[in-house]
Amino acid sequence: MALVEDKPGVLNRVASLFRRRSFNIESLAVGGSEHPGLSRMTIVAIGDSAQIEQVRKQLEKLINVVKVSDITEGNMVTRELALIKVKAAASTRSEIMQIVSIFRANIVDVAPGSVTVEVTGDEDKVNSLLGLLRDFGVKEVSRTGRIALTRGSSS
Amino acid sequence: MKKTGAQILCESLIKEGVEVIFGILGGSVLPIYDTFPQYPQLRHILVRHEQGAAHAADGYARATHRAGVCIATSGPGATNLVTGIACAYMDSAPMVAITGQVARPVIGRDAFQETDITGITIPITKHNYLVTDVRELARTIKEAFHIAQTGRPGPVLIDIPRDVQQEQTDFVYPDKVDLPGYRIVSRGHPAQIKKAAKLINEAEQPVIVAGRGVIISQAYDEFKEFAEKAQIPVAHTLLGLSCFPGDHILDLGMMGMHGTGSANMAVQNADLLIAVGMRFDDRATANTREFAPNARVIHIDIDPAEIGKNVPVDVPVVGDIKSVLTALNEEVDRREHVDWLSQIDQWRCEYPSQDVRQSNELLPQYIIRQICEATRGDALMVTGVGQNQMFVARYFTFTRPDSLISAGGLGPMGFELPAAIGVKIGRPDEAVWCVAGDGGFQMTIQELATVTQENVAVKIAIMNNRALGMVRQWQELFYSQRYVDTKLWNPDFIKIAEAYEIPGVRVKRREEVRPAIRKAMEDPGPFLIDFFIEPEENIYPIVPPGECLARFFEPSRTETWQRKSGVSITEF
Repeated sequence: MALVEDKPGVLNRVASLFRRRSFNIESLAVGGSEHPGLSRMTIVAIGDSAQIEQVRKQLEKLINVVKVSDITEGNMVTRELALIKVKAAASTRSEIMQIVSIFRANIVDVAPGSVTVEVTGDEDKVNSLLGLLRDFGVKEVSRTGRIALTRGSSS
Repeated sequence: MKKTGAQILCESLIKEGVEVIFGILGGSVLPIYDTFPQYPQLRHILVRHEQGAAHAADGYARATHRAGVCIATSGPGATNLVTGIACAYMDSAPMVAITGQVARPVIGRDAFQETDITGITIPITKHNYLVTDVRELARTIKEAFHIAQTGRPGPVLIDIPRDVQQEQTDFVYPDKVDLPGYRIVSRGHPAQIKKAAKLINEAEQPVIVAGRGVIISQAYDEFKEFAEKAQIPVAHTLLGLSCFPGDHILDLGMMGMHGTGSANMAVQNADLLIAVGMRFDDRATANTREFAPNARVIHIDIDPAEIGKNVPVDVPVVGDIKSVLTALNEEVDRREHVDWLSQIDQWRCEYPSQDVRQSNELLPQYIIRQICEATRGDALMVTGVGQNQMFVARYFTFTRPDSLISAGGLGPMGFELPAAIGVKIGRPDEAVWCVAGDGGFQMTIQELATVTQENVAVKIAIMNNRALGMVRQWQELFYSQRYVDTKLWNPDFIKIAEAYEIPGVRVKRREEVRPAIRKAMEDPGPFLIDFFIEPEENIYPIVPPGECLARFFEPSRTETWQRKSGVSITEF
């Protein structure tokens, strides 16, 4: 998780660093933070502890990056939002709605032949719902990638 | 009173103490050049190619320990700087590169000579800026110099659209910078220093591996005190040469691919390595898996990201070398390592490092020894990249601090001449020797015009083997002597020098070497010597690629090498 200055080109600098040092980004989400002028980036990267430590230190060298924390081990809340457009005939629509309601997801658009589902939760929840909906035929998926905060009153 | 962006730039540079700017004009920097006559305290050195401007600024920076400044126009001017910026970045040299950009209304429209130079230079600058508002300019320049010159130094690029150079605003130069994301740890953590001292005090076979960080931090005295007090031999990376006297009893010379046998053997057999201001570059460590297998590692560096990047570290100490060594010197015991030093002496005898073999041929090793003797080591040595660089590194005894200027990390051929110009302008009272290869010399040969136009009294020594020597050596050793395009047809360098009004002599025989060097030294201006050296002379030892440091090869030891390693040298 990184706090970065909200300036032009910062995302490019971060992305460029990952590419340049051959680190893989699984997901990257960026948006506002509680500090005016600072954005919060949640980056999911896979690697051993030495690699992750190296990523963290390289990120901290970027002038526009104010703070980086590796929250893998920490107590954290993570959420992801996904929009899933799924095929829905008259015969299957009610079954889809049942699944959606079990997952406390919402149907945000209904069209002839399809419904669009909005789901928020941790990655597992999104993956399970997506897995169930695949049986009906998933037409399009858009996921935000994870965002995260540490629990409690820290920092 | 309102000032234009160009005036603000010049006045800010003056506030930063800048005296010299290396550059060449073009359409997008015309407003800046137009204001230069208003600021005679800024000396502009007109180069002949932007790469020359960047290398000259780099040389100037290394010679003065202050940011070198170069300037180029948009598009091709900016892209021509790239090699020099990347070089400064790899070797942590402070630099502020200023580029003109097309006017704001046409940015992003592929205008004439438009290039996204901030995008291009993200991975090779410490930071860069595109200034889109003239009111941001002064603050940006202040930040750029601060970032370039503090912590681990490096290049910063400022891209200024032409209309921003012309726009007016009130000029206020800020006193301080506000960079919440830029923090420097300069003092080492006391607990880490104690831990390091404990390992040092307990070690029986310690070796210091010293890098350019010692020179950047100007910690020569603290470093010498440390090595002497704990009595630890010193091996250098290429850029760590001249941080410690080369004639000192504890000095091992350079380690690495072309390191001395004694340095490489000492490192491989050490029980403790104290890495000071170096980054475990592959040319210094060779194969890292088999690198110093029995050694614990203390790593002292100002850049936390260097810790553990290439080799595992037992005790990291993040901080400025000078400050850390001052603290460490309080903690380490005065020691004697009699057995270890006598072992090292045996290696020194077994692998003599500066022997020049007896030969009637003109050998580059002999020439470098002669320059060293004639100058008594009292010269700043600027090198190119390749065999000439390795001959200087190995056969010049660096007795005075901070006297080698060489491009280690990026290794750009053609560095030598423009960098030497920058060095000489930065330290005009010193003798500056530019040792070039005939290949690299032709990559920036046009800067001879700069030498003459600015009367820069550099002494140019071309190690002319009519070949791209280092590559030719690799083809000989590792590509079964299949020489592909490494032989060079060369122009007559003496005639070239003459055309640039630079005196010169050609040397083909051993006995002509000393008189030629003396003649160059006696001439008050620039001078060129074209040394026609033995074309097939190689630099040895060499650690073949993929091998560990202890398995260095030299022809006189071919049989031993093959017996020990079980493979023929040609199998690589």
